[in-house]
Amino acid sequence: MQIEQIEILNFLKRYSPFKELPDDLLHQTAMQVDIGYFKAGTPILRFGEPLQALHLVRSGAVETYRRNGVLYNRLSEGGIFAEQGLLRDKTVIFPATAIEDSLIYFIPVDCFELLYQSDEVFADYVEIGDTQRKKSGVLADKSSNDLMSSEVRQLIGRAAVTLAADATVQQAAQLMQQESVSCLLIVADQSKDAALVGIVTDRDLRNRLIAAGLDYQQKVAVVMTTELVCIEQHQFVFEAMLLMLRHNVHHLPVLEEGKVLGIISIADVIRYESQNSLYIVSSIFRQQTVAELQSLSTELASCFVRMVNEDANSRMIGAAMAVTGRSFKQRLLELAEQQLGPPPVPYCFLALGSMARDEQLIVTDQDNALVLHNDYDPVLHQDYFAALAQFVCDGLALCGYSYCSGDIMATNSQWRQPLRVWQQYFTDWIEKPDAQRLLNSGIFFDLEGVWGQVQWADQLNQQIRRQVKANPDFLACMARNAISRTPPLGFFKDFVLENDGQQNNSLDIKRRGTAPLADLVRVHALSIGCAATNTYERLLAVKAAGILPKGRADDLIDALEVIAMVRIRQQAKSIQAGRAADNKVKPEELSAFERKTLKEAFQILSFAQKFLKFRYPGGRQ
Amino acid sequence: MFYLKKQELKTDPLQMLSKNWQNTMQQLELKAKDPRLKVFYQAGAAAAETALQEISFVALDFETTGLDPVRDGIVSIGLVPLTLERIHSSKAQSYLVKPRVQLNESSVIVHGITDSAIAQAADLELYIEPLLQALAGKVVLVHHLPIERAFLYHGLMSRLGEGIVFPMIDTLALERGFTQSGLQGWWRSIRGQSKPSLRLADCRQRYQLPAYQPHHAVTDAIACAELFQAQVAQHFSASTPVGKLWS
Repeated sequence: MQIEQIEILNFLKRYSPFKELPDDLLHQTAMQVDIGYFKAGTPILRFGEPLQALHLVRSGAVETYRRNGVLYNRLSEGGIFAEQGLLRDKTVIFPATAIEDSLIYFIPVDCFELLYQSDEVFADYVEIGDTQRKKSGVLADKSSNDLMSSEVRQLIGRAAVTLAADATVQQAAQLMQQESVSCLLIVADQSKDAALVGIVTDRDLRNRLIAAGLDYQQKVAVVMTTELVCIEQHQFVFEAMLLMLRHNVHHLPVLEEGKVLGIISIADVIRYESQNSLYIVSSIFRQQTVAELQSLSTELASCFVRMVNEDANSRMIGAAMAVTGRSFKQRLLELAEQQLGPPPVPYCFLALGSMARDEQLIVTDQDNALVLHNDYDPVLHQDYFAALAQFVCDGLALCGYSYCSGDIMATNSQWRQPLRVWQQYFTDWIEKPDAQRLLNSGIFFDLEGVWGQVQWADQLNQQIRRQVKANPDFLACMARNAISRTPPLGFFKDFVLENDGQQNNSLDIKRRGTAPLADLVRVHALSIGCAATNTYERLLAVKAAGILPKGRADDLIDALEVIAMVRIRQQAKSIQAGRAADNKVKPEELSAFERKTLKEAFQILSFAQKFLKFRYPGGRQ
Repeated sequence: MFYLKKQELKTDPLQMLSKNWQNTMQQLELKAKDPRLKVFYQAGAAAAETALQEISFVALDFETTGLDPVRDGIVSIGLVPLTLERIHSSKAQSYLVKPRVQLNESSVIVHGITDSAIAQAADLELYIEPLLQALAGKVVLVHHLPIERAFLYHGLMSRLGEGIVFPMIDTLALERGFTQSGLQGWWRSIRGQSKPSLRLADCRQRYQLPAYQPHHAVTDAIACAELFQAQVAQHFSASTPVGKLWS
């Protein structure tokens, strides 16, 4: 066959995976190539753009990048790119830029697919590139070290370096240099069992000594951090990471029964992190646009599935999903402020419900609200905050957190109010509860500040605890509300047996299980003025307060875990099967063991509801 | 265009042309007698202020029996459609043409097209229609405009009794402008340096474009198209009006 595109053909003949092609396929390919010239520094592919062709570098040089801007690959003459995107959903995964004046050959997608399907060598070549990416990638399917079962103790490389609090800052710096460590633990005195009083890091020296222009002969106690965030040695690496992310610290002292075993740094965790599902959290903050954030939501689903497969418990998964959700909100708010300019008055963005309780799963509504500074003037500031709320809520919806069907979102002006209005709302709800207010309380009283003036969230929480304790009638109403949703009586092979003898073929495990359990525990927690929002932590506090009959709190903790894990596993199964995850559970999809334990868990919940009714008889309706 | 020097206009068999090609094409349509030419002119030309990124181009290259447009003839035609963004080499076309003069040895050495190769080929007249269809409404790119314009003009003149003209952009003339005008050219001239070569391959080398085997019509057309994209990327922009470049 005589072809006119001789130069193209000759070029293809020199490079894999084309040179291995049989002549007819090679000729067909050469005849379909189009060409483009890109000056050095011009983008060739932008993230998320539709892809129409396999790209081949004819001359020049091209770099491809990860979404976070980190270099992924550098290609020269004969290098191909965009194959991963073509193999996936035909959009650009790795953006590309010409770093020298470059001539690019475009092999159209139809031609690529023909080659991929008809030529094994070609298919292998483009796929090997893809698996190599997966191997080096952060979301490797097979994580070699099981993060969920790795305890922080394993990360401790050396004993912590300690220094007495009366040493000078210069001595501290010298010791750090000598021991080549980036942080020191500060103990009360020189004695062997001296109490831990603080921690000094490179950052503290920089921020509190050098930047503040203090004398080197200051006592180290002046620059140390005293609010220590520590972790117990038997806790998981995973939990260490959550702590660091949450408190924005880079070092964690590891304790064993209150005594320091050593220190782990963020670098230690990052070594694990490279294989870790939670990588997504740190990458959220590197995304530059809503579209880029949106693309992470599929990774969120695979992260969820992976955690389930790694036998994480419901608390870990809930916390990880909540941290992720929180990070999405924080990044969206940063992007919103970039776009809209700085806020005219300070504000606090609230997460409500399951996310505030650290119990968020993969399928979740966005429940959120805005607390504004008391100087908020609707005439001047309304447009800004309405736009901010819209940006964040739309962004969350794109990232997979569907709009709240009950319109509990910051876009609703009722839930976008100055602090004093919120205080008045809560006072009204607690002092004069009605059906709607109780419903609101169930959502808003699990609140957490995620961005801005988060201390306002703490203030509101304190107010709730104070006022609820002073209003026993409110608690009685909440108790009544908490038992309105009951668990089913039991499970049979293929149906759910309801209390009235009716049979259903599926069960909404959130409505009938996790939600009533959280409601019930909230009432007990509020009754003892517990500050925690997480259901498990609330249960621990309730247990410690001794308000439940002996053993019941532990039973509830077990029931919580069983019900939550069935829900989580069902969602993970749906995702793996390529279905949309929901809260429906069909008895025939459960193992006999799951059915049995779930039935027992429901009995515990049912009994706890009866106890609540007994504890709060009557109650104003 | 300022760098279209007198010398070139002398070898140009045509009148000085207005840069208002839209107007010119309308007038030519009225004068044209051959229906193929009428249809061609009807497609018209873009307005001179149209941005380059809006224009559909066709890169064109002829291989000929020699350099005299009156006595010599075309032996092959290569053309490649393109935009500023993409060179549609997959839509390249080529025609092998049987010239009315003998192939002489020296030109055969250049383009490698032999008597036996053109034995089956047809006269240019047969290709006028598809060729004009491919060029209609486009801005035509060539490297060294006088050759293509004159050969096509005389090729049609001898067959239809009327010639043809249409807007063209000459990548050689553009390159001459870049290398010989301005500071660079002045610097070169006061240092007594020889003028840089404007051969297609040498121009391409200045833009780090790969070396191609020359004198194959489609390859040369692709080479010209690539050179043009590089020239625009380096010296102009996507919004440069086409009227600044064509002649």
